[in-house]
Amino acid sequence: MHMLQEYNITYLVGFKKVSKHPLVPYDAQVCEFLNDLSSELRSCTEAVEYPDIMTFAFWCRKANIAKYRKDFEDGRTRLGLGLVFHITPSNVPVSFAYSFAFGLLSGNANIVRVPSKPFPQTDVICRVIKRMLDNDKYSEIKSMTAFVKYDQDDEINGMFSANCNARIIWGGNVAIESIRKLPIQERCVDIAFSDRYSFCIVDSQSLLELDDAGLEQLAEGFYNDTYLMDQNACSSPHLIVWLGERIEIAKEKFWSAIYSTVSEKYNLVEVNAVAKYTLLCKDSIELDNISSFDNHHNFIYRVGINELPDNTDELRGKCGYFYEYDASDISDIAHIINPKYQTLTYFGVARSSLLDFVVRNRLSGIDRIVPIGRALDIDVVWDGFDIVKSLSRIIDVK
Amino acid sequence: MPPFSLSKSEKTELYADALSGLTQHHYSNCPQYNKILKILGFDPTIKHAVEDMPFIPVRLFKDYELLSVERSKIVKTMASSGTTGQSVSRIFLDRITAANQAKVLVKIISNFTGTKRLPMLIIDTKSAIKERNLFSARGAGILGFSMLGYDVTYALDEDMQLDFDAVDVFCNKYKNENILLFGFTYMIWEFFYKELAELGKQITLENGILIHGGGWKKLSEQAVDNDTFKRLLKNVCRINRVFNYYGMVEQTGSIFMECEDGYLHSSIFSDVIMRRTDFSVCDMHEAGLVQLVSLLPLSYPGHIILSEDIGEIIGEDDCSCGRLGKYFKVHGRMKSAELRGCSDAYASRI
Repeated sequence: MHMLQEYNITYLVGFKKVSKHPLVPYDAQVCEFLNDLSSELRSCTEAVEYPDIMTFAFWCRKANIAKYRKDFEDGRTRLGLGLVFHITPSNVPVSFAYSFAFGLLSGNANIVRVPSKPFPQTDVICRVIKRMLDNDKYSEIKSMTAFVKYDQDDEINGMFSANCNARIIWGGNVAIESIRKLPIQERCVDIAFSDRYSFCIVDSQSLLELDDAGLEQLAEGFYNDTYLMDQNACSSPHLIVWLGERIEIAKEKFWSAIYSTVSEKYNLVEVNAVAKYTLLCKDSIELDNISSFDNHHNFIYRVGINELPDNTDELRGKCGYFYEYDASDISDIAHIINPKYQTLTYFGVARSSLLDFVVRNRLSGIDRIVPIGRALDIDVVWDGFDIVKSLSRIIDVK
Repeated sequence: MPPFSLSKSEKTELYADALSGLTQHHYSNCPQYNKILKILGFDPTIKHAVEDMPFIPVRLFKDYELLSVERSKIVKTMASSGTTGQSVSRIFLDRITAANQAKVLVKIISNFTGTKRLPMLIIDTKSAIKERNLFSARGAGILGFSMLGYDVTYALDEDMQLDFDAVDVFCNKYKNENILLFGFTYMIWEFFYKELAELGKQITLENGILIHGGGWKKLSEQAVDNDTFKRLLKNVCRINRVFNYYGMVEQTGSIFMECEDGYLHSSIFSDVIMRRTDFSVCDMHEAGLVQLVSLLPLSYPGHIILSEDIGEIIGEDDCSCGRLGKYFKVHGRMKSAELRGCSDAYASRI
C-alpha cells in the first residue's frame, strides 16, 4: 500500500487528484469565478460578520481584477506554471484566500494548505467555494483546486512540495527555512512571503494644514494600518519618521486624533496592556537612544528616539506601540533601510520624492510606498514581485 | 504587631513612606530599575501615593537578572516553577531579605494555626527540596513552611506515589492533636485526593489544618474550584480547616491567606491594588489586573509588581473574619489574546 493512506489530511475543498493543466493568466473563467465568489461572500449572512472576509470579497470583485489585468498586459503570451502549493499563515484567517486567488489568476492549479488553527472565517470561505465549485460551470476550476488542512507535518509538506511547479510560502524565517529544505522539482519556483518590517513618514507642515475632516480620515486610516492587526501584519508600521518644522505641535495634533479614534474603536485587553508595558520596560533597559516617552492611557505608547541605529528593524511595537524619530531630511534614514523593509506609508510627502529616495540611494529595501490607510491592502504586486508574472511562464515567439 | 492589625488610614500613611524608601533604594541600586523609572519620568525623591508608584511586570524577572545588591551578597536564588518550555523567573535573595521572608511567613501562618508548632505532614515528595543551589518555588515553599512544624513527614515518595502507610501511621500517632498540612494545590489534588478517592480508603485528618497554594490553573481546566476542592477533600480525609494562599515567587513570605470566609487577605506586610487596562485603579468589586505590594524585597526590585492575574477587591478592614486590611478574590489568569497578523508568531508551526 501507499504511504499516502496514512497521512491525516482533511480535504475541505477538492480531492487528492488535482489537474495540472494550466490556463492563461487572467483567464475569463477565472475572473468570472472570482467575481461570483465576491458576490456570494457579500450576500452570505455568515460571511458579512467578518470584516476581513468582506475586504477579500471586495478585493476579488470584477472591477478590481480588471484593473490588475490591464496593468498586466504587455503583449506577451503566458501560461500558468502548473500546480502551486500554498503554505499559508496558520494564525491569519483569510490570507489563504488571497494566496489561492493569486494562484488562480496566474493560471495555475492550487493545493492550498489552510490555517490549522480553527477560524470561523476559514470555514465560511471554504464552504462557499466548495458550493460554487459544485456548479458545472466551474468544473474546470474544480479539477484544479484542493484546500487541505493538516497539523504541521514535514512529510505531508514534502509530498506536496515534490509534486508542485511553484510554492507560495508564507511564514516566519524559521518556517520558510524548514520548508526550503524539502526537495522540489528542478524548475519549481518558490515565492516566500517572509517576515518584513514597515514604517511611516509624516510631514509636519502638511499635517498642521489638515482640516478636521481630513484629520479624522487620516486617523481612521492609521488605525486600520496598525490597530486592526495589533501591528502584527508585515506592512503595519512600527516607526514613525517626522519631517519638517514645528514637529512637536504636529505630533500633538496627530496623536490626539489617533487617540480619539483608538479609544473609541479598539478593545484593549489586559494581556495586551501588560505586553505593551513590559515592552516599554525592556526598551528602557535595552535602548540608549530614548529621548521621550508618552503614554495615552495605555492605548498609545510613543517612544521617541533621537538616533536611528542600523538595527532599527528590531524595534517592533505591538497593539499600538510606536517609535518616533524626528528627521531633518529624509536622507537621514537611508542607512537603516535593508531588505527587511517592506512598506512605507506616508502622509504629506510627495510620492515622487519617496520613490526618488529609494532609487537615488539605491536602497535594498522598501517594496511598497502607499498612503496612510492602505498598508494592509493586498495587491498582486506584493513584496516587490508581480506574483502573477512570477507564477506564469512566457512563451516567447519570434 | 499582629499581622492583620493595620487599618486603612494607618496603612496608607505607613506604606507611602515605606514604599517610597524601597523605591529610592532600588532606584539607586538596581540599574535596570533605575532606567525604567527614568523613562517613566518618575522622580523617587518626591512623595507619591502608593497607587502612583511604578510597578514592575512579573515577566521582567524572567528576562532579566534584577538585583539591588552586589551579587556577592546573594545567598539564595529562587526560580519560579515554569511549565515546560517556558522561561523561569529568577529571584535573588540576600541574607536579610531571605530572613525577613521566613519570619513574615511564620507570622502570617501562625495567625491561622496558633503560635505553637504542630506535627507536620507535607503533601509532596522529599526530593523536591534536594536541589539546594537553585530553589524552585516548590522547594522553597516546602522549606519555608516546614519551619512551622515538627516531625515533618512527607506523604509522597520519590515517584509521587502516596505512601499510605506512612501517612496512616502519622495520623494515628497524632490523632489527638492539631496537625499542620502543607502542599501545592495541584499536587494535593492529583497525587493525594485522587489516589485516596481511587483506593477508596479513608484517613482521618479531622484535626488537620491544610494550607495550600500555587495556583488553580490546572485545576480550573478540570473544572475544580475552591469549594469543590474543599468538599471533595473532606470526603476522603474529613479535613475541616483548609486555607488557600495566594503568592508569587517574586514576593515570597508576604503571602495572602484565605480566611474562614473564603477571602484572601493582605497583611501588614503586603497590599493589593486592582487595575483596569489603562492601569487606573479599579473600584471595589470591579475585576482587574492584580498589582502586588510587599515590604520585604530589598535585594531585588520586587516590592511593587504587576501580576498576570485578574482579581477583585471585596472590601477593606470589614471582613467578618475580623482581620484588617484589603480582602479580595483572584479569578485566575488574564485571557490570552487571539493573535492577529502574519509576522513571526507562527515560526514554529507554519
